[in-house]
Amino acid sequence: MAENTVKTSMTMIQALRSAMDVMMEKDDNVVVFGQDVGYFGGVFRCTEGLQKKYGKSRVFDTPISEGGIVGVAIGMGAYGLRPCIEIQFADYIYPAYDQIVSEAARLRYRSAGDFTAPITIRTPCGGGIYGGQTHSQSPEAVFAHVCGLRTVMPSNPYDAKGLLIASIENDDPVIFLEPKRLYNGPFDGHHDKPVVPWSQNPLGEVPEGYYTVPLDKAAIFRPGKQLTVLAYGTMVWVCEAAARETGIDAEIIDLRSLWPLDLETIVESVKKTGRCVVVHEATRTCGFGAELLSLVQEHCFYHLEAPIERVTGWDTPYPHAQEWAYFPGPARVGAAFKRTVEA
Amino acid sequence: MSKGEPLRLHVPEPTGRPGCATDFSYLRLSPAGAVRRPEVDVAPMDTRDLAYSLVSVLDGEGNAVGPWVPQIDIEVVRKGLRAMMKTRIFDSRMLMAQRQKKMSFYMQSLGEEAIGTAQALALNVDDMCFPTYRQQSILVVRDYPMVDMICQLMSNERDPLKGRQLPVMYSVKKAGFFSISGNLATQYIQAVGWGMASAIKGDTKIASAWIGDGATAEADFDTALTFAHVYRAPVILNVVNNQWAISTFQAIAGGEDTTFAARGVGCGIASLRVDGNDFLAVYAASQWAADRARRNLGPCLIEWVTYRAGPHSTSDDPSKYRPGDDWSHFPLGDPIVRLKQYLIKAGAWSEQEHEETQKRLEAEVLAAQKEAEQYGTMASGHTFSPAEMFDGIYKDMPEHLRVQRQQLGI
Repeated sequence: MAENTVKTSMTMIQALRSAMDVMMEKDDNVVVFGQDVGYFGGVFRCTEGLQKKYGKSRVFDTPISEGGIVGVAIGMGAYGLRPCIEIQFADYIYPAYDQIVSEAARLRYRSAGDFTAPITIRTPCGGGIYGGQTHSQSPEAVFAHVCGLRTVMPSNPYDAKGLLIASIENDDPVIFLEPKRLYNGPFDGHHDKPVVPWSQNPLGEVPEGYYTVPLDKAAIFRPGKQLTVLAYGTMVWVCEAAARETGIDAEIIDLRSLWPLDLETIVESVKKTGRCVVVHEATRTCGFGAELLSLVQEHCFYHLEAPIERVTGWDTPYPHAQEWAYFPGPARVGAAFKRTVEA
Repeated sequence: MSKGEPLRLHVPEPTGRPGCATDFSYLRLSPAGAVRRPEVDVAPMDTRDLAYSLVSVLDGEGNAVGPWVPQIDIEVVRKGLRAMMKTRIFDSRMLMAQRQKKMSFYMQSLGEEAIGTAQALALNVDDMCFPTYRQQSILVVRDYPMVDMICQLMSNERDPLKGRQLPVMYSVKKAGFFSISGNLATQYIQAVGWGMASAIKGDTKIASAWIGDGATAEADFDTALTFAHVYRAPVILNVVNNQWAISTFQAIAGGEDTTFAARGVGCGIASLRVDGNDFLAVYAASQWAADRARRNLGPCLIEWVTYRAGPHSTSDDPSKYRPGDDWSHFPLGDPIVRLKQYLIKAGAWSEQEHEETQKRLEAEVLAAQKEAEQYGTMASGHTFSPAEMFDGIYKDMPEHLRVQRQQLGI
């Protein structure tokens, strides 16, 4: 479509805002709300200007009540609206856990399609920002385990907009996790180097109008032959740096949709490379990496030439002062690449 | 400062336990007709007195008295009585079917039939109710086919929910009856969201939220009140205070020396406390609240004072925690007996008609049960195919579920 050919340099914040703008324009049933998202435009600016453009009945501030925000969204979904709501930090999504797990995820099933919950829950996640224990968590495994939910995480502005539009349009409830470390620019884990803004990255070139990036489809972020890397969010960039710095020809798969996921792309890649490393920021035990390991083992056992490794956050709460010892940076990831290739 | 006595933890207890009578003086009752009826645009703060008294219309002799006597067509009252009777007959019949192992589980609404019935009659059919598991009277009075209800209860081949849900967890969108969840209180805030959606779209429909006394202790109760107040959502927030949450007396839920209606006033919501066994009072209060909501004047909270006459569920034995004859001492009596008395006095009902109606409804329920049983029972094993288990989790079946279904060999 002609409107899509006009591209603008956008940060992830601007791309997400653009996605909501496009969808609010396109569909009168899309409403946006959450803590500080209305007049103020969000603590991360993701909804800036939307209330002014679409009015208070479609973009509004809410009380500080995560269960309430998700609960009213489910009720609105049952009425026929398509809410795109925000939980200020993924670390604060837990009060809404009952509404998400027992209600949003189950509504279609338990009512045999009588009622549905076509809602998108946006929430900033991930560390690498000195956020400490309650501004850094990656709770994706908590949602990937819940049948009836879709869990999505973009790694760049182009995908962020396309995936968010696809999520809002999707009739299933979507947990849309936004790595806040990537809001203003890609981050490869080298915290001692200056941040490069999205304007200097081709993935910051975003169409102004409507487009989608399909759910359930992974992206080959970096093609390679020596090993397959399964990653998402900030870790995609860390893995790319690790490949560059170790000289290992890693095929980095950006999952984008965590669950349901694109098993075909994963299996095809591992069968080709024979080696696999799984990388995420979240804590290790029962993290989403465990599921990825299991799937690769189940589907690629006879093609594997080395044990599957996983590089993750430690099984500790996310610390403040020890940020870079916790965060799985390029050195730790690169070491795993080497072990796997040499095994 | 003088040295204080050792602190003591206060744990509320009901006055009546098995073998001793309940002292119902805690109920804060008001004589029929004694409580004022404010204008529909009353300021929430000015309903404080109403939240601590009790609106009732029917006196002990079956007269309708006071400012809350509703403008209601006598045919609607007769319909209400029939629906209450039908609900009770349905409940007792399904209880029996559960004992015969034709279904795994059942929950009666014995003694609470007036509340759902009269409110549903005061609403429009496209006003969405967000019920708990004890508002089956709404489905009955909205004439949802009993056969479909029983098929759900029996999880048989005609179960509208395809065997996925525990019995009584109905979902009937076309009857304005939201999908019931096992998780308490969740629907209370969802109802507020539904009402907000109606307001966002400039619609005229309102929402009706339901919760029990025990479940008011869940966070979603307070959340719902906050959101309903903040956005002036067109919603009726019903609290059915039947005095019991399984074995737990309402004082443990926070009802001691206060009322649940008072919670509404504290949150800036106009609140009423109403005799839940008085059909006319329920209708009048519901109509008042619906009118308020429809005129953009905001939400209303109503505490319905009633008594859970039956066991909590078919898995419960109330004789282990409360007096066996408790209901016969409950001061607000039986909603069916009270409405029957009124209608007879008004010349619109008779003992004979009552008896005939009872027999006719019993036959109707029996016929519906027989028809439903043709499509199978839990005992006969005629249920939906296990292949259905994988369907409808997402709008379209993802690959992993297709694979799992194949692994089951179907």
